[in-house]
Amino acid sequence: MTSKVIIVTSSLMKDMNSRTDMYRANAIRVLCRITDGTLLTQIERYLKQAIVDKNPVVASAALVSGIHLLQTNPEIVKRWSNEVQEAVQSRAALVQFHALALLHQIRQNDRLAVSKLVTSLTKGTVRSPLAQCLLIRYTSQVIRESGVNTQSGDRPFYDYLEGCLRHKAEMVIFEAARAITELSGVTTRELTPAITVLQLFLSSSKPVLRFAAVRTLNKVAMSHPMAVTNCNIDMESLISDQNRSIATLAITTLLKTGNESSVDRLMKQITNFMSDIADEFKIVVVEAIRSLCLKFPLKYRSLMNFLSNILREEGGFEYKKAIVDSIVILIRDIPDAKESGLLHLCEFIEDCEFTYLSTQILHFLGNEGPKTSDPSKYIRYIYNRVILENATVRASAVSTLAKFGAMIDSLKPRIFILLRRCLFDNDDEVRDRATLYLNTLGGDGSVVETDKDVKEFLFGSLDIPLTNMETSLKNYIQNPSEEPFEINSVPREVKSQPLAEKKAPGKKPTGLGTPLTGPTPVGDTYERLLSSIPEFASFGKLFKSSGPVELTEAETEYAVNVIKHIFDRHVVFQYNCSNTIPEQLLENVFVIVDASEAEEFSEVGSKPLKTLPYDTPGQTFVAFEKPEGFPSVGKFSNVLRFAVKEVDPSTGEAEDDGVEDEYQLEDFEVVAADYMVKVGVSNFRNAWESMGPDFERIDEYGLGPRESLAESVNAVISLLGMQPCEGTEVVPSNSRSHSCLLSGVYIGNVKVLVRLSFGIDASKEVAMKLAVRSEDENVSDAIHVIVAGG
Amino acid sequence: METCPSVKNILLLDSEGKRIAVKYYSDDWPTNNAKEAFEKAVFNKTQKTNARTEAEITMLENNILVYKFVQDLYFYVTGGEDENEIILAAVLQGFFDAVGILLRGNVDKREALENLDLILLCIDEIVDGGIILETDANSIATKVASNSVDAGAPLSEQTISQALATAREHLARSLLK
Repeated sequence: MTSKVIIVTSSLMKDMNSRTDMYRANAIRVLCRITDGTLLTQIERYLKQAIVDKNPVVASAALVSGIHLLQTNPEIVKRWSNEVQEAVQSRAALVQFHALALLHQIRQNDRLAVSKLVTSLTKGTVRSPLAQCLLIRYTSQVIRESGVNTQSGDRPFYDYLEGCLRHKAEMVIFEAARAITELSGVTTRELTPAITVLQLFLSSSKPVLRFAAVRTLNKVAMSHPMAVTNCNIDMESLISDQNRSIATLAITTLLKTGNESSVDRLMKQITNFMSDIADEFKIVVVEAIRSLCLKFPLKYRSLMNFLSNILREEGGFEYKKAIVDSIVILIRDIPDAKESGLLHLCEFIEDCEFTYLSTQILHFLGNEGPKTSDPSKYIRYIYNRVILENATVRASAVSTLAKFGAMIDSLKPRIFILLRRCLFDNDDEVRDRATLYLNTLGGDGSVVETDKDVKEFLFGSLDIPLTNMETSLKNYIQNPSEEPFEINSVPREVKSQPLAEKKAPGKKPTGLGTPLTGPTPVGDTYERLLSSIPEFASFGKLFKSSGPVELTEAETEYAVNVIKHIFDRHVVFQYNCSNTIPEQLLENVFVIVDASEAEEFSEVGSKPLKTLPYDTPGQTFVAFEKPEGFPSVGKFSNVLRFAVKEVDPSTGEAEDDGVEDEYQLEDFEVVAADYMVKVGVSNFRNAWESMGPDFERIDEYGLGPRESLAESVNAVISLLGMQPCEGTEVVPSNSRSHSCLLSGVYIGNVKVLVRLSFGIDASKEVAMKLAVRSEDENVSDAIHVIVAGG
Repeated sequence: METCPSVKNILLLDSEGKRIAVKYYSDDWPTNNAKEAFEKAVFNKTQKTNARTEAEITMLENNILVYKFVQDLYFYVTGGEDENEIILAAVLQGFFDAVGILLRGNVDKREALENLDLILLCIDEIVDGGIILETDANSIATKVASNSVDAGAPLSEQTISQALATAREHLARSLLK
């Protein structure tokens, strides 16, 4: 095989020196594709010559091959710097382009070198539009890396970029315009020439130019809508462009830059336009309209009308869902729009083909309808669903009727009549729901105040993960007990896969087969595991189990990680052990824990692991007692003790005698976050309001100088161990302040909500305001203690 | 980011969306099935548009697609969504015109299939591993002509200089059209 390869490579090397230029060029390209390090050093000489060859095709071939080779053999290619530098001065247009690309790649880690390269070329001659485009890109990079210096007059190289706007080649003009719009912290004064040029492109006869321009202006409109308004007239004519992508981009840009007076006119134009475009574009437009409505809340009427009109027309599920979502958001955020919005939705469900949407709308109606001025007018729509639709929608409608009945006492008698009729429905679920609601609302249908618990039942959310609920219920059925099923006994933590996918680190790849945590890797089956151990059965309810914490490095003989199980008065450490040495069998494995740095804990029991053969993970446990309900923290050092027996790998049999040995493990800590379970809430504002300020604690903290705002936010989130809500853990870059919403459940089953406000100043000092609300004042105090100490 | 302008693929399809000559330079479509699915999607999206007078442009799956049609041949060039659209259009134009020169003005499916070697060489001389080698149609045609030493290729029946002369002739003719 190798001999054939040598024939090929030597033929190619011969071609590389051929008289015919095309052969040389293409031989170089092929050789560089198939080369390895050694061959490359042999032909390096020829490649260097080729780079400065008179024939531009040969030079380009060598340079482009160099760019590819830089990925695999960078040290070798870097030695060609001088030749590449020479090629940059070449008179042949494309040679300069390729040489510039290669030189930049070679030098890209050296900021100063790139800066020098850009400086010399912006003053020199650039011979091809492609090279000019490259230079513009590199200039942007230099500008970006030279830091924010806009106070001292113009940016460096801005003049160069602005000059490129007047170049002959369209690709250069566009590249320069785009580069200017993408400058960070660009001012309106700097933007103006670029936008003027893009505006000219908007009326070009070439679709490519129109598209490029409108796409760039669309992006600019997100951050500088005022700068783009001059182009509005040109954009309006683009709405009827043959190319639908261009038309949609034009519309969405106009929606971003429009002002209140143009909204009506825009809506008229868009209505005609919507029938022409495909669903995917329509969804984009709907979302743009939603943002427009939130920007101009006074215009809700015409926008809402528009949305309900398009809702009536033909469309796919995703499209209609987008419209319904937009209407729901408008209703939520613009109080005046509520009545008309709800009515539009009611009209929609009269004729809706998507069960999912009908049920969502009915649920939403149930929550919002009772709060309106005349709720009874919605009853007809809802009851019609009970009569006319399929079982799923009927059941949903029954629940909605019940919600109305619960909230509006005067309507109760009539709701009862309607609900009683539902008792004769064909479908089980509908009948069951009707019966349930009739009983919970108070059987006689008189006009009385609804019980607070009933309201909580109807309107509260189930904040327990459904999979855990299912497992707990299955357990309960299998182990029948005298006591009724207690919903608070369902563990709230959702364990995602990390256990099942966790591979045992070890020397032998075959040892990676079984997961490290042994027989039962999922979620609350920890509870089952622990309660099956008699020593730990008396500890009560398992509050939280942490994720596995590694106590050994990767690729060690024995791999151990620990899981901390938190109970009310105890903690149990589960050590998952794995033996990666086939010649060894471990017996009587247990862990000696030194809790001298964890004063509040006292050891109460342990359960050793009888045998730990090769490639079969096992667990050993150690239990500690701690003060009740108190979030004790401490550091634990661990040593693994066992008796090791030699095993004959071929027979699998072990010797009789074992030797006592021990293996040092890493320390781990029990921290405050271990006592907090991450439980999210879907609507933080509602939860905050309903929690009430009785046990609210507010305080301010200086966090000192920090790396960045995002780093401080993440540090506090992980210190508290709570769940960020509504995406508030994401900190936009360059922001000076941030608000974060956290929720969780503390030990003792206390719900906790936290509002954090962060601010960072120029000297990177971070200040934080912490507001805690919970159901127990001690817990609120405890949260502050955690933050103060962390 | 500051990368060299790069092309993800060049496609030449027929009027039913089937392949005539394609070349991929990106790992976005690792299997042949993925490539064929992409070609199908591309064709479905663009077949109803009219891209015969001017090059048209659209976006598909976060990629920019520029394309042009002639007779029953459909030319496509794909780039990433942050790429300069006008550069991609220049590549497309170079490809389009070079094929016109090489097929001596008879740009249709039959001619293309009969001269498939020229088409493949042509694509090869435009982009190398994603990096643009050449966008000028004349230079591309010259490179292909000097490469094709095949007995069957029409251009190599003449000598190189005669082939160049023929190419120049065609260009002049197409400019006058």
